[in-house]
Amino acid sequence: MKFNPIRTKLLATAILVSLLLAACGSKAVPPTEPTVRSEPTAASEPVELRIMTHDSFLASEALITQFEQENNAKLSFLPSGDTGAALNKAILSKSAPLADVFYGVDNTFLSRALEEQLFEPYASPLLTSIPAEFKLDPENRALPVDYGDVCINYDKAYFADNNLALPQSLDDLTNPEYRGLLVVENPATSSPGLAFLLATIAQYGPEGYLDYWQKLKDNGVVVVNDWNTAYYTNFSGSSGRGPQPMAVSYASSPPAEVVFAAAPLDDAPTASVVAPGTCFRQIEFVGILAGTPQRALAEKFVDFMLSFPFQEDMPLQMFVFPVQPDAQLPEVFVKYAQTAQQPAALDPAEISANRSAWIDAWTETVLR
Amino acid sequence: MTLTAVGKANQSRSNWGVLALWLLPLLFLVLFFFAPLFSVFKLAAQAAVEAEAQTGLLQRVTRPLGFTFYQAALSTLFTLIIGLPSAYIFGRYNFPGKSLLRVLTTLPFILPTVVVAAAFNALIGPRGWINLALMGVFDLTAPPLQMLNSLPAILIAHVFYNTTIVIRVVGSAWSQLDPRMEQASRVLGATPLRTLREVTLPLLRPAILAAGLLVFMFDFTSFGVILLLGGPQYATLEVEIYIQAMHMLNLPLAGLLSAVQLLCTLVLTVAYSRASLNLNVPLAPRLQGEGMSSLRSLRSWRQKLLAGVTVVLLAALLILPLAALGARSLVRLEADHGDRGEVNTGLTLDYYRELFVNRRQSLFYVPPIEAARNSLAYAGTTVLFSLTLGFLASSALAKRARINAVLDPVLMLPLGTSAVTLGLGFIVVFNRPPFDPGSLPLLIPLAHSLVALPFVVRTLLPALRSIPVSLRQAAAVLGASPWRVWWEVDLPIIARAALVSAVFAFTISLGEFGATSFLARPEYPTLPVAIYRFIGQPGALNYGQALAMSTLLMVACGLGILLIERVRLPGIREEW
Repeated sequence: MKFNPIRTKLLATAILVSLLLAACGSKAVPPTEPTVRSEPTAASEPVELRIMTHDSFLASEALITQFEQENNAKLSFLPSGDTGAALNKAILSKSAPLADVFYGVDNTFLSRALEEQLFEPYASPLLTSIPAEFKLDPENRALPVDYGDVCINYDKAYFADNNLALPQSLDDLTNPEYRGLLVVENPATSSPGLAFLLATIAQYGPEGYLDYWQKLKDNGVVVVNDWNTAYYTNFSGSSGRGPQPMAVSYASSPPAEVVFAAAPLDDAPTASVVAPGTCFRQIEFVGILAGTPQRALAEKFVDFMLSFPFQEDMPLQMFVFPVQPDAQLPEVFVKYAQTAQQPAALDPAEISANRSAWIDAWTETVLR
Repeated sequence: MTLTAVGKANQSRSNWGVLALWLLPLLFLVLFFFAPLFSVFKLAAQAAVEAEAQTGLLQRVTRPLGFTFYQAALSTLFTLIIGLPSAYIFGRYNFPGKSLLRVLTTLPFILPTVVVAAAFNALIGPRGWINLALMGVFDLTAPPLQMLNSLPAILIAHVFYNTTIVIRVVGSAWSQLDPRMEQASRVLGATPLRTLREVTLPLLRPAILAAGLLVFMFDFTSFGVILLLGGPQYATLEVEIYIQAMHMLNLPLAGLLSAVQLLCTLVLTVAYSRASLNLNVPLAPRLQGEGMSSLRSLRSWRQKLLAGVTVVLLAALLILPLAALGARSLVRLEADHGDRGEVNTGLTLDYYRELFVNRRQSLFYVPPIEAARNSLAYAGTTVLFSLTLGFLASSALAKRARINAVLDPVLMLPLGTSAVTLGLGFIVVFNRPPFDPGSLPLLIPLAHSLVALPFVVRTLLPALRSIPVSLRQAAAVLGASPWRVWWEVDLPIIARAALVSAVFAFTISLGEFGATSFLARPEYPTLPVAIYRFIGQPGALNYGQALAMSTLLMVACGLGILLIERVRLPGIREEW
């Protein structure tokens, strides 16, 4: 047989490439042996606790390590998309739960999660110091952890330069001086968008909110699909510096602008409109997933989330407010984050029952 | 034994052979495509029985369906208009900077949609480079160009994404064409136009059809582009599925819409298989040392003009947004106080430096090197899987067997399937023993292979079909073993196509976000996952880091493609 140098080289290359890939592959993918979860046999072996969260979940590594050491536990987190996506995964997998604890269901999805019987009740002793306004589930299947106000953020410089007064109510937004200045998110695809829609429903009622939105539309409200676009493309207060000086975002966004400034700032470039009725309060809950074999450890983890160290860690990690009223807020929050004094509120059961109908009607009015 | 009996015996033996080739690809599809998909359909059907009847169901399906077809047809048309001349230039001519340009035109394909949205925003957004320049030149106070959130934005983004498919698939076929056929036509007195119409295009039709189908499918299931650049007034089926499944938690409607989408894909692919049947003309491929190169350098002014216009167009459409993104990651655009209207464009490397700092000691901090390594490992595994499976499947398809008519369209289905539905299916199926949530990341390269497989098959198949039977028979008659026939005849002819499909598989895997977001664990983040994490939070630093990470992704991918293309395979003597 004739010796063919090109073929030999090719063969060598192919073998090399596949070896390389195999090496790479084995490094990147987790151990292949099925990690069958078993009850701890020896005291030295840490017990694994699986926590399903939305993608925005963050915590300090030191705090988590401390919990793991104190409880001889190994925490594995399963970020599962945004709030809706994560909840959907939990619902779809409830016959063979992916995790022991679920964190991140908010008051707009709460009733749905409870209807699906995702959670086991747990009356944590730490609940006593949490105000009643946060405890929306009397059976304590879902326990409040944090809250955040969805408010209109505004570009301070624009309002100062143009000597424009801040809107003091939702009604004000339909005035001609604010024509074309507001960008909102589509409530069908964005959770702050839905929260703002709910604020208008709380204000004008299910019969009146569409008339209000018609007026907003006539006044040039801009609708985009997601928070990223609203904040980074359309909003003039962010680094995107778009055309609208008002955007629906969170009351905690101004401190985030300071924390994540590219060059140190001595003041936040943005602030929130916190006038009565203009904000909607999102409350996020944690629950122990029904059927967990790690009930005791899961209880400890829930307690941990409601305890002060975690509650005080949350603001700078997730940019939310702690539900424990005595938890110390970081300085940047005290300085730049405003709290809505009378946030709009709606019964979670009412939201759950009408969510689709409200959004569909809104879509017909505003988008078509 | 009579001759016909021998023929029949051969026929049935080859049928068994075809089935054997199908075994692995089919097993793969059943396990990782049909099982997850039908588990979701089953759940949706159960929920539909329990739920009350939904109103206006017909309109809820037809409205997005109509728009889906409309925008996909328009996008495919424009992509072909840009892509075919480019494929001609790439397939027929040598010019300076060609291989770099080819790599650059591939880069859009890898970018996650959120990055593409950021790139277009950096270019044509209200504070994009073009608007900033126009405002500076004409002393305007408001951005004059408002292109985001419109149908043109969708179309431009689809052309941006998919032109590379046409360039790669058709360009590769074009370079394979024997120039002697066209020369013969010209010698016989045909005008260049007539030669193009009657010789070149018919020979290229399988490749053009394949590229057109792939582009159409991508546009048909488009999701992020519609959502982020089209804005809220536009909804395709895939967008509706996402909204219904993830925001309304209306699984029955999501399931119905996915089924409709799947059905449309099936009809499209069956129509395609019918149309492409018997189109393939054995091309008598040119082998080493035989004939002359089909690649010429640009000589006449007309060729130079055509090439120049094409290159400029490609640069404007495909490379400018990438450059805008890269530039934006190096420039500080902080919204300082009192400097409205002014843009202080300080150059900075801060965003890159910050990538390597875990400033908040956060649990989910992603070191960029690790994310890049994970991404590359998943991409490498995807190349291996999809090329192996794709080669088996296309070998089976290249043979004559009745079963192929059924299985060919089935192979294309994953491309037209809702990523949301499939992702949910993975969760339902693969979270019970022997699988557990910890094994989900193992599924990432498999999910990527599902998407890459149709590309691999559509690229390999025309090449395999073009091999004249007489060549193989000649080799066999001269005493070559089947293995040697494959090695000496098949491989050199399909090597170029194999390379093209490897690039596709690699890039698809690097940029894929949908399935990855369902399966990824924080321990093994990929570059797109890391980018999403940054862009989801307010603050100039986060946005800058997202852009910096995207730029790193582009660079990593560009290097990867260059490397793959440097692999010298027999049969590739020149760069096409």
